Amino acid sequence: MKVLAIDTSTYALGVSLLDGERIIGEHMTNLNKNHSLRVMPAIQALMNECEVKPAELDKIVVAKGPGSYTGVRIGVTIAKTLAWSLKIPLAGVSSLAVLAASAYFYPSYISPIFDARRGRVYTGLYRFEDGKLVAVEEDQNIALTDWCSQLKKLDREVLFLGEDVHLHAESIQEIMADQALLKGGLAASPRPSDLARLGLHEPAADLHSFVPNYIRLAEAETKWLEQQKAEE
Amino acid sequence: MKKDIYILGLETSCDETAAAIIKNGREIVANVVSSQIESHKRFGGVVPEIASRHHVEQITLVLEDTLQQANMTFDDLDAIAVTKGPGLVGALLVGVNAAKALAFAHQLPLIGVHHIAGHIYANRLIKEFTFPLLALVVSGGHTELVLMKEHGSFEVIGETRDDAAGEAYDKVARTLNLPYPGGPHIDRLAAEGEPTIDLPRAWLEEGSYDFSFSGLKSAVINTLHNAEQRNQELKPEDVAASFQQSVIEVLTAKTIKAAKEYQVKQVLLAGGVAANRGLRKALEEQFAELKDIELIIPPLSLCTDNAAMIAATGTILYEQGKFEDLAMNGYPGLDIEQS
Ligand SMILES: [Zn+2]
Repeated sequence: MKVLAIDTSTYALGVSLLDGERIIGEHMTNLNKNHSLRVMPAIQALMNECEVKPAELDKIVVAKGPGSYTGVRIGVTIAKTLAWSLKIPLAGVSSLAVLAASAYFYPSYISPIFDARRGRVYTGLYRFEDGKLVAVEEDQNIALTDWCSQLKKLDREVLFLGEDVHLHAESIQEIMADQALLKGGLAASPRPSDLARLGLHEPAADLHSFVPNYIRLAEAETKWLEQQKAEE
Repeated sequence: MKKDIYILGLETSCDETAAAIIKNGREIVANVVSSQIESHKRFGGVVPEIASRHHVEQITLVLEDTLQQANMTFDDLDAIAVTKGPGLVGALLVGVNAAKALAFAHQLPLIGVHHIAGHIYANRLIKEFTFPLLALVVSGGHTELVLMKEHGSFEVIGETRDDAAGEAYDKVARTLNLPYPGGPHIDRLAAEGEPTIDLPRAWLEEGSYDFSFSGLKSAVINTLHNAEQRNQELKPEDVAASFQQSVIEVLTAKTIKAAKEYQVKQVLLAGGVAANRGLRKALEEQFAELKDIELIIPPLSLCTDNAAMIAATGTILYEQGKFEDLAMNGYPGLDIEQS
């Protein structure tokens, strides 16, 4: 069972190959550079090195968002097209879940963070139960202060994870004090092999209708809906 | 015996998700276009983020329809061609990455096509090219005169300095409160009206093949505004007819002048505005008198964005051995002369 996993939802560009539960290859860069140009060459290089031909793939896994709209779209387009044309299943995994998965030894709640500007974040609430990552609260776009006030009621320590955590460190600590544990930097990178492992047992998605989980509507659509409401 | 060449084309540069298979650069085997126009109407124009989202929803469906229509598999194809620019960047990236994935999955050559070259090559699905030829490209984003001396070579001898003709149409349509997209509505109204209003023609300096439509657009807006202040009623049909006449007069006169100067054998009409009935009629009438220049106007279905034109252009690049590697990107401002 050979699985190819693709993650382009943040600056990190990740590609990995799994054979069953075993990681046979992983490629990751963490650069603010063009994903559209680099993903297919990265896939090609990794598969060449691992001596796996496209026709030998059994499943495609993709990080489906949230994240950069364009970034996620690139990964999803490639994943969808590969799966469709190779006639193999496609599975989508939350990009936040991939980040949360990097804290697999952490015993309490995990809140993976992608900055969403203007004091807002993309996040969800996860925890490991019997070695399996479980979503406790679904992925959402929320004002960080609202999110922290909500988590405070849990009365358990929460791990805030991600490269963007430092942008919100002050606000988190102000509300949650000792209840919050913050991890950024190296310890907080989404790993493409974690994505592949999460996707391995994920049921196949309906291919044609598969789209990124943007969480947010396009700005023009939000404005249009507001206008419709105002006119009613 | 020469082997037949089958190219799969993909086009997602604006608001149509399209795929097609073309045989030997000239014969349509399958041609599928999924338009998003209904979705963008409520916004009064194409919203890039929404266009990109629709492309992801449609891409594999359109590809599947295309292969089914052609009754073919990837084993029957010789290469994958895709629009690499110009266009909306987010929209381009969907087609480009899908094409790269296909080329990789089936180990097929990858070809990047300039969108406007595609519009020009839509004509080759109707008639074989004879060089030198001149193409008048008119669309929402482009107004240019392109000279071709051989396959795959494009020289822009004139282009718009401000608004594209299609843009001017949309803006004038908006001032007349016509729904988006405005071009066809102006064309329809113009056919019912008389060009009674005196509007400027931007000929620019002597000998220039460039165009300018922003002055004309402002003149229309001013005329409507002044009439309103004087409580004078202008028939929208007459406004449309006067505006359209000014656009068409400049377009046809410059095309004819360039066709004569460069002694071309063919003149091709290309781009979305090529669907304009007024423009088609004016060109047909004037070129009827020029016996040694052949005028080619594609059917309406090949004037708007489609992938048949991309696969047709891709076939020429395939024959010329011009391939891309998997690092190909989308280029929103791609220049046709450098493509
Ligand atoms: Zn076009």
